[in-house]
Amino acid sequence: MALQSLDIARRSATTTEAPQVRHTEEVAKLIDVSACIGCKACQAACMEWNDIRPEVGHNVGIYDNPQDLDDKTWTLMRFTEVEEHGKLEWLIRKDGCMHCADPGCLKACPSPGAIIQYANGIVDFHQENCIGCGYCVTGCPFNVPRISKTDSKAYKCSLCSDRVAVGQAPACAKACPTGAIKFGAKEDMVHYAEDRIVDLKERGYRNAGLYDPQGVGGTHVMYVLHHADRPSLYAGLPDNPQISPMVSLWKGIAKPLAMVALGATALGSLFHYVMKGPNEVSKELEDEMDKEAALEKEDAK
Amino acid sequence: MIRNPRDLQRYTASERANHWVLGICFILLGLSGLAFFHPAFFPLVNLFGGGTWARILHPWIGVIMALFFLVMFIRFARLNLMGPVDWDWLSKVGKMVDGDDHDMPEQGKYNGGQKLLFWGLALSMLLLAASGVVMWRAWFSFPVEVVRVAMVVHAATGAFMIGLIFVHVYAAIWTRGTIRAMLYGTVTRAWAKQHHRGWYRQVTGKN
Repeated sequence: MALQSLDIARRSATTTEAPQVRHTEEVAKLIDVSACIGCKACQAACMEWNDIRPEVGHNVGIYDNPQDLDDKTWTLMRFTEVEEHGKLEWLIRKDGCMHCADPGCLKACPSPGAIIQYANGIVDFHQENCIGCGYCVTGCPFNVPRISKTDSKAYKCSLCSDRVAVGQAPACAKACPTGAIKFGAKEDMVHYAEDRIVDLKERGYRNAGLYDPQGVGGTHVMYVLHHADRPSLYAGLPDNPQISPMVSLWKGIAKPLAMVALGATALGSLFHYVMKGPNEVSKELEDEMDKEAALEKEDAK
Repeated sequence: MIRNPRDLQRYTASERANHWVLGICFILLGLSGLAFFHPAFFPLVNLFGGGTWARILHPWIGVIMALFFLVMFIRFARLNLMGPVDWDWLSKVGKMVDGDDHDMPEQGKYNGGQKLLFWGLALSMLLLAASGVVMWRAWFSFPVEVVRVAMVVHAATGAFMIGLIFVHVYAAIWTRGTIRAMLYGTVTRAWAKQHHRGWYRQVTGKN
């Protein structure tokens, strides 16, 4: 049972309507990449608030640490060095769940209530309902969910749904020393981003813009990018993310199609039997064999 | 029950056991697979001890089924090679399903429909096993694009195979005197002469 402040809008593997009478404001986290200094305070705050402690890794010559998201690393600073107009640019992107309006993970999940989307836009994994199949990994266009090697459950950023439920900002936003992570109503975040984009354009970043990809219906984690025309510069942020057509096929038309085909085969068989009757061995053949048997018996005598 | 000594042996004990292992595996895989496929069937996971248990068990049952299917395939592949007479039989199957089997061409141990089903099942098993391995996250890790294709292949082939088995089971029920071949291996001479005259001649030496 969700908290009242966390009305559920969508629930995995559920075909009936979600409660939707009450109106809740959509929230969003805005990550201003241009204001990020790569201090990793957000990573530390995430670990602290969520009680997750990834293993201490090794330095492999880049700043990314750990190397990748995992069951205990729900957010990760990804560092990219690119040359733009003969100048080195150090692009630092805080990676993690984007909280899609149309979440591929939720669409793919076969277990009722293992993935839910709150009316405020947060997509949350409920591990107690997770069966560990990994379908969410297949469904995600951002390569975010991770299956734990410890308990085989899927984990990812919850946008601190527990904090948001009581009116607090996510731990990462709270910890950010430069204000690069903002949290609030999605509408307000979009307005705030517009101001930032105007500022960046004045400073020469002509292609500055907001990353709120419509291919997944928009996201509840958005980026302000200096190079919004090329999101993939930022450690492979997808340019046009969308749920894979394979996943849509599998979780879309395949389901009703297969059910109708199998139902028709089963019912067709039953009614065929009822209307045409069984395919019996003919009486003539039975008699013929009886005669044969009798003759053999005679011969034996 | 006293068995008629004149009955004909259609399957050996080992062939029957092989078939039953496959039957049991199929039912378990079908039920758990449908549970993952469509929310309407998700409660079926309770037959396996819950969703997580169903997820753990499904691939292992799949491994057992694949192995036993391979044995079965080796046993019966030669007998199921299609010939011109099988295509002829298939072209006339509509009339038989309608209730009149008088014009059906003479069949050996298996008719064209059974043979086609055999190859359909073999192809399904191949696709299911291959895509199943790709989806088995407990042991394997493939690129996500490959997994996505495997998901579609596995779901579509699974549904196709369930449909084939529906036909297989119904054909056995519809053709009276057939189920006993699966249970204790024999059929009556009249059954053999009516449905598989070529095989009847071969095993009895009669016309």
